[in-house]
Amino acid sequence: MPPSPETAPILEMRHISKTFSGMRALNDVQFSAYAGEVHALMGENGAGKSTLMKVLAGAYAADPGGEIRIGGKPVTITDPLGAKSAGVAIIYQELALAPNLSVGENIYLGRETRRGPLIDRSGMASGCGDILAGLGATFGPGTLVADLSIAERQMVEIARAIHAKSRILVMDEPTAALSNRETRRLFELIGRLKAEGLAIIYISHRMGEVYELADRVSVLRDGTCVGTLQKGEIQPEKIVRMMVGRDISSFYKKAHSGFSAGKLMLEVTDLTDGKRVKHANFSLHQGEVLGLAGLVGAGRTELARLIYGAEPRIGGTVKLDGRAVHFRGPQEATENGLVYLTEDRKAQGLFLDMTVSENINLQVIGRDAGWAGWLDRRHARQRAESAIKTLAIRVSGPEVEVGALSGGNQQKVLLSRLLETQPKVLLLDEPTRGVDVGAKSELYRIIDDLARAGVAVLVISSELPEIVGICDRVVVMREGRTVGEVGGESGVPITEQSIMALATGVKLEQRAA
Amino acid sequence: MSNSVSTGKPLPTAAAEQSHRQRMRTVVRSVGMLPVLIILGILIQAGCIYFTGEGRFLSWQNMSIVAQQASINAVLAAGMTFVILTSGIDLSVGSILAASAMVGLIVSRDFGLLGIPAAMLTGLLFGAMNGALIAYVRLPPFIVTLGSLTAVRGFARLIGNDTTVFNPQLPFAFIGNASLTIIPGVVAIPWLVVIAFLTIVVAWLILRRSVLGVHIYAVGGNESAARLSGIKVGAVLLFAYGASGLLAGLGGVMQAARLYAANGLQLGQSYELDAIAAVILGGTSFVGGIGSIWGTLIGALIIAVLTNGLILLGVSDVWQYIIKGVVIIGAVTLDRYRLRSSART
Repeated sequence: MPPSPETAPILEMRHISKTFSGMRALNDVQFSAYAGEVHALMGENGAGKSTLMKVLAGAYAADPGGEIRIGGKPVTITDPLGAKSAGVAIIYQELALAPNLSVGENIYLGRETRRGPLIDRSGMASGCGDILAGLGATFGPGTLVADLSIAERQMVEIARAIHAKSRILVMDEPTAALSNRETRRLFELIGRLKAEGLAIIYISHRMGEVYELADRVSVLRDGTCVGTLQKGEIQPEKIVRMMVGRDISSFYKKAHSGFSAGKLMLEVTDLTDGKRVKHANFSLHQGEVLGLAGLVGAGRTELARLIYGAEPRIGGTVKLDGRAVHFRGPQEATENGLVYLTEDRKAQGLFLDMTVSENINLQVIGRDAGWAGWLDRRHARQRAESAIKTLAIRVSGPEVEVGALSGGNQQKVLLSRLLETQPKVLLLDEPTRGVDVGAKSELYRIIDDLARAGVAVLVISSELPEIVGICDRVVVMREGRTVGEVGGESGVPITEQSIMALATGVKLEQRAA
Repeated sequence: MSNSVSTGKPLPTAAAEQSHRQRMRTVVRSVGMLPVLIILGILIQAGCIYFTGEGRFLSWQNMSIVAQQASINAVLAAGMTFVILTSGIDLSVGSILAASAMVGLIVSRDFGLLGIPAAMLTGLLFGAMNGALIAYVRLPPFIVTLGSLTAVRGFARLIGNDTTVFNPQLPFAFIGNASLTIIPGVVAIPWLVVIAFLTIVVAWLILRRSVLGVHIYAVGGNESAARLSGIKVGAVLLFAYGASGLLAGLGGVMQAARLYAANGLQLGQSYELDAIAAVILGGTSFVGGIGSIWGTLIGALIIAVLTNGLILLGVSDVWQYIIKGVVIIGAVTLDRYRLRSSART
């Protein structure tokens, strides 16, 4: 059957699988896009959306057996340049513009027109001026990108895609950093691009947007495409269920008694940093594991760092053990028994070139030290050895460099460092990120043991099954605000659906699923 | 927490391999550039015997000269080690040395031995100024110390009215010219060498036996992690540059003591480059966080041996420069390969 523009998709991805060192990130995914449609791609964090788009962009090579067809012809995309010439343009959340160059120079980047050996500036300016005007831009090709707002920069990326004659435009969370008005304008623009026959793949967590924009919605879960909904079938509830519906495996541990027993340890009221955190409220009790859920970018990490004193606070109060506190730095927080485990252990947590012992002792060497800061090396060794034993860190000795350890063991070393300070409140940011399943279940047990020992634990996690599995209560954040709570006294059961509904802002009616 | 968590036993083979690799790395690291130093010594001695007929290089007298030549650079390089471990750089040590020597000599004319603390205080002050700009104004170390390289040089010329300052009755001249007698008539160690060695030992104590040392390695290894774990990064940087300035001041005392004189224009010219070369030859990573003070000592000795040996061999001044540069690059290249082969997977 000859492909006709009415019926044949412009993009077809068939049987796409991708394995990373034995772990399946994508499993036989089918995905297509037609000219003149907006196809939304949804899924939890880590469901495989980015991996799929990176395969399309040529950043990852798919496993053999898959096929990508563009305009009916099979293509092999091996690098970003190949994607560009195949007509695929991707606008990432982190915009890929050079801020020190002008709009025109950015649009022509890598494909500058020349007059003889010299760059043809005026030709370039007039060449993209029309496109910019067509998009309704209020700036010209000569404007410096650094002077533009995020929304305007996005427009430059779109102009670049149009200029490169792209037929498929992928937008990854384009509204994450936009105001409401800017979002409206972007939607109008998307409508226009659609009318001009571009296929738009729209990745978003925001149910409202998808509902409004999408002609079709595909949902990924654990690397598999669980289904595609047509325009008429798109219902937020249906999508949420498709995104989360899976069994909770049994390796979570919750043997501590929960918050009913403990006294109030941490009370956060109206906390704000003026940027990513706006009016956060929650309370945390002794012996309780409180989950802090929300989508990426909801402000969870920022909130934790704000409480820890790593970022400046502009409003609100924090009460620790009944006393109002305002930590001006991590040192003060630690001294007062509140510590924070970073989500990025390699960049912000560990000292990879230093030994396990040095890493474990780093925050207590000052307390242990003698005159003039003389290190108490015997004590340090004892601490390290006992921490290695209690948390079952697999390492041949305390003098091994941390960089040589596996992810799970590195995480245990980092956790040990915090535990050595004997905290009353633990803020754990993505405590099981990048660790294998075995280490995960050990970390859950450690967290459970800590709660049983009376520590107040806050767990930030993007993995819903984990939150559901180990937390007594869950506070949900959306766009910098705490928008609700499940479990505990709220009466709402802790389920992935109930959390997701709060996180995305969809009201789910109470009923049996 | 009970023993309920300690279910895992270390995997015997993996752990053994890990520990073996670790031991190898420790050996490689601590030995560092020592083989290069030894090979250089042997080559130069062989060259001396071949060309001049006598092994003048490996004589007590010459070794003592080499040690003296290495000593001022070793003191500067000890300060530079602190700085480079925090992933910074201090280009101003040569100029600070000149300014401190000038101050020391001028003060010594009226106040005798007070010239020593005056010189060292001068160094500390300039170093602390560098440190404050880097730690609290957050300016890049290269730019700050490039600026003070020039400005402090100007200050050194200014206080001596751009002339050479003499003090033939210098009360601390023994530092530069006398020796500490250990066994009368048999073993005497030049004071310059004693000072350099003590400096290295104190630096080692700070780096490896004090909280501050751990914090220096931590800041150089991962600054954001250091901040997040409550280390006062600013104070650590202030210390590193302050120490570098203080030791440049000590270097100024040593230099002035040798010469009974100081000249603001010429003294300590491009000493910073030798100090940096010694640190890098000693295996300290330019990105910070990795390195040892013993390596720096070996690096300073390599430079001194090379300079001394090339003079003994009668190599012309022009070729000395070329050979020194090539050896520095070659030795560091060698080091990279050596470390890569033993690096973690």
